[in-house]
Amino acid sequence: MTNTVIDIAPARTTLGKFDPSAVRADFPILNQLVNGKPLVYLDNAATSQKPLAVIDAMNRYYLEENSNIHRGVHFLSDKATQSYEAARMKIRDFINARDAKEIIFVRGTTEAVNLVASSFGRSRFRKDDEILVSAMEHHSNLVPWQMIAEETGAILRIIPMNDHGELFLDKFEKMLNPRTKFVAVVHVSNVLGTVNPIQQIIGLSHAAGVPVLVDGAQAVPHMRIDVRQLDCDFYAFSGHKMFGPTGVGVLYGKASYLDAMPPYQGGGDMIKSVTYHKTIYNELPNKFEAGTPNIVGGVGLGATIDYLRSISFDQVAAYEHELLEYATGMLSTIPGLKIIGTAQHKASVISFVLDGIHPHDIGTILDDEGIAIRTGHHCAQPVMQCFGIPATARASFALYNTREEIDSLVSGIHKVIKIFS
Amino acid sequence: MTALRELYQDVILDHNKSPRNFGRMENPDRKVDGYNPLCGDHFTIFVRLKDNVIEDIRFEGAGCAISKASASVMCSTVKGKTIEEAEKLFAVFHRLVTGEADPMSQLDGLGKLAAFSGVSEFPARVKCATLAWHTLHAALETNQHRVTTE
Repeated sequence: MTNTVIDIAPARTTLGKFDPSAVRADFPILNQLVNGKPLVYLDNAATSQKPLAVIDAMNRYYLEENSNIHRGVHFLSDKATQSYEAARMKIRDFINARDAKEIIFVRGTTEAVNLVASSFGRSRFRKDDEILVSAMEHHSNLVPWQMIAEETGAILRIIPMNDHGELFLDKFEKMLNPRTKFVAVVHVSNVLGTVNPIQQIIGLSHAAGVPVLVDGAQAVPHMRIDVRQLDCDFYAFSGHKMFGPTGVGVLYGKASYLDAMPPYQGGGDMIKSVTYHKTIYNELPNKFEAGTPNIVGGVGLGATIDYLRSISFDQVAAYEHELLEYATGMLSTIPGLKIIGTAQHKASVISFVLDGIHPHDIGTILDDEGIAIRTGHHCAQPVMQCFGIPATARASFALYNTREEIDSLVSGIHKVIKIFS
Repeated sequence: MTALRELYQDVILDHNKSPRNFGRMENPDRKVDGYNPLCGDHFTIFVRLKDNVIEDIRFEGAGCAISKASASVMCSTVKGKTIEEAEKLFAVFHRLVTGEADPMSQLDGLGKLAAFSGVSEFPARVKCATLAWHTLHAALETNQHRVTTE
């Protein structure tokens, strides 16, 4: 098992400044025409593109190593197991977890939340216990809690937000009480772009003796995450939003909680010994990884982390912030355009609506210009209800996007307005 | 004409901007909500029937230009038609927007519905164009109060 971090890409900085053109070369998919125009991919919050290094690593796995893990005594099984477990170590290092056994491979953020809601909730929630989630949750960090609340008789309470899309921390603090058993909150909102003050939320929750799960799906691609510094009890994220493959994600959990929780699913790999009537469960992390996992996904996620390690996160964050500021300024000059989500601390996500023009029509017309944005409710219908709108158009930027692409977006929106004028 | 212009024809832009037969109806014989959970579009169709004829039809709700214009043109088109005629128009319209029919051979008699032929080039928008029709179909066929596109 290796823990070496390989710098597979050349330096992407010139004189300490981030160079997006060097990064773009790593993402071949960006270099294509859509409807005769250069592709402008601004749907990164839905899923990000994958660098060649990740695609190659996954190909290599299937070409040279493919086998089942953890059980074979043969050469390939050993190799596959090593690659898979090496990825787990890379993830541990990437988020600064204490131990690799605290890294549980899952299908994605959704499965991670469902795992915790089911396993932790079913064993610990009682009637009238309270679960707190925020008003800006994605359905994936809302519905699993509704389901477990219904099953256990617990009560789901919603941490409110203001018109900018910022949570009321003072109200949150008052909501914490002896009946509060769990807090689940999103790190970065997929609709509003809000970066929530999770360090404070965790601090307040812990002061009340309440564990916290953070939905980090939209945070991990944009900022360095240190789970020990945050002191979160659970942190969930998806591979595909951080330039890795779909179908694989991570649940980080403190070993003290994970050890005490019952398994989520039963099956192979999660057992130590089985008789017809009694099973002794495996140790962490295998206890929560029943069945043959997405091995190639894990290997791909490991390669993704190698790739991200070759880039300075601080420079990426600064560059993306520059894009966000530029786009916010440019979009604000368009008559009839309103940005939804104007928090002081935002990641590079901009939701907007246009007077009298439905987001779907915006999306179709921009697509004709080769511009990919997301339109709809973004799996956050309660957020739409909060702002009194049926849907938004959303542009979300990643490290390979450029100012020129934002200019294309702006002229595309002018075209939308012209068609509807 | 580009595919985009085929989609956003003047008839559609006009009916989006100034929808006909828009607003609620008091004491309708049939009233059904239509909903597309993927995009949040929702319309309520109100129908007044006399014998077998759609004597009056109105709609209210919100959605994209395609779905709103489709609801508006549909109401204008089926008013005064029999239930069977309306169902037949829906079948033809459905073939038109899904690209299953040769538009040229079908356009005769479709009137303003023909303006939706461009939808077939945009598979993601077929549900927008047919939401009102599915809702009307439910209103005419059953006592359902709510339909969805999913």
